Amino acid sequence: MMTAPLEKALPVPTGETQPFWEGCQNHELRIQQCSACGQYQFYPRLYCTACMSEQVEWVQASGRGTVLSFTVVYRPVTKAFTEDVPYVVALVTLEEGPQLMSNIVECDPEQVAIGMPVESVFEDWSEDIAVLKFRPALA
Amino acid sequence: MESLRGKVAIVGAADTEVGVVPHLSATQLYVKAAKSALEDAGITKDEVDGLITCNSFVEPYMYHAEMIAEYMQIFPRYCLNVATGGGTTLAILHHAAAAITSGMCHTVLVTMADNMLSGLSRDRAIEAMSTAGHAQFERPYGPPIPAFYALIAQAHMHAYGTTSEQLAAVAVACRRHASMNPAAQMRDPITVDDVVNSKMIASPLHLLDCSLVSDGGAALILTSAERARDFPHPPVYMLGVGEGHSHEHISQARNLTTSAAKEAGERAYAMAGLGPTDIDVAELYDCFTPVVVIELEDLGFCPKGEGGRFVEGGRIELGGELPVNTHGGLMSHCHPGHPGSMFSVTEAVFQLRGACGPRQVKDANIAFVHAQGGIMSTHCSMILGKEVG
Repeated sequence: MMTAPLEKALPVPTGETQPFWEGCQNHELRIQQCSACGQYQFYPRLYCTACMSEQVEWVQASGRGTVLSFTVVYRPVTKAFTEDVPYVVALVTLEEGPQLMSNIVECDPEQVAIGMPVESVFEDWSEDIAVLKFRPALA
Repeated sequence: MESLRGKVAIVGAADTEVGVVPHLSATQLYVKAAKSALEDAGITKDEVDGLITCNSFVEPYMYHAEMIAEYMQIFPRYCLNVATGGGTTLAILHHAAAAITSGMCHTVLVTMADNMLSGLSRDRAIEAMSTAGHAQFERPYGPPIPAFYALIAQAHMHAYGTTSEQLAAVAVACRRHASMNPAAQMRDPITVDDVVNSKMIASPLHLLDCSLVSDGGAALILTSAERARDFPHPPVYMLGVGEGHSHEHISQARNLTTSAAKEAGERAYAMAGLGPTDIDVAELYDCFTPVVVIELEDLGFCPKGEGGRFVEGGRIELGGELPVNTHGGLMSHCHPGHPGSMFSVTEAVFQLRGACGPRQVKDANIAFVHAQGGIMSTHCSMILGKEVG
């Protein structure tokens, strides 16, 4: 399980992304859905990229997805990540469609594979910030 | 849309010394490259009426091109700085050509340099480049730059069975070419075993699948095809150029294994009226080995998924079907950051001039240059030739 040493820079929410981060704080994955055409999207945007409607609503995603691709990092990006090595950086395709970057945690990095089902898990980095991660889905 | 085909030519080209160059500052590398390119073109600085630079990571200026103009004491009517590298570095030549053909200026000096190695140190350079990811949605996960490209490599391996040994063949070819280039930073030949046994950085990418951190600069002089006949070297004509732009962040990529190099290449081929089989030498952006494999596919040199097999057996080496990165590329010649793809252009010019000595491609008439920036985000393809045809 990855830890969040103090040196790791905390993400700074913006007005546009605040509802996502509030969701994370509650250990809940929130993404946007367009009320006009139904498309889901991530990261959060002012309007729907499919139909340009501004009627985008925040909805709770299932938290389930699959690994689109991954890498096991052996040379950390900064000293703050040294203790995490080796760690898995992955792209995950959510069940609803959007894809995002994350870490795959709570497993041996060698077990991670493309197409592997994963589920969301949240790591509390501070009182305000919890970071979305994924772990292998329980069968 | 009026075609730029054959309307603009490169009449001056020069590299500074590259690799470890501690005795020159970033700014000095820019102006040294510029002076050498002016000498190569046989013109004085007063004949330059357009100036383009990329910004320096080490010594940035808000108005960088104006800073270089001021330093050189030239007073252009067209003066432009681009903040980023990779594909943008090459794409700006597209803009220079448009500026020349539209009459904004006659003679453009493009100079690009940096000293990422001596000015920053390797560790600080790598750490500085880690800011490439999205601040909220990528950086919290700790991806170093190789990890972004590793995601692409892993997806390509999974989809098409590409192997680490095939990726390694790209690094081996680049190094073999660098061994014939006295200017290159890394000249000791390497083998596929050396690459796959080098330290794992971000699986499946090993240390030798990654490009260098370097100092260096390069400059070009461009002018209209009509004026180009009056210079000491035979002109190298811009026959085709095209761009493709697909995303900023890799987590938003439409597709991990097919890039916007496809659109860039198709647009360049269409302008030139040429196809992949017409190309004698290719200088392809090689910040990491899988990039070359995907570029070869997307640019039509082999079918999608065949890139791994294509790079094997010396096919991309001198004497092979398509010599790639004859100067050694970013993996063995040098990679000072933003200027990286400029060395692909200067090498293409030197190849078409027949000036490359032991690494010369026989009868090189048409060269293909491709650059990408971001994480396979922004692409530019350029076809250069000795004749307008």
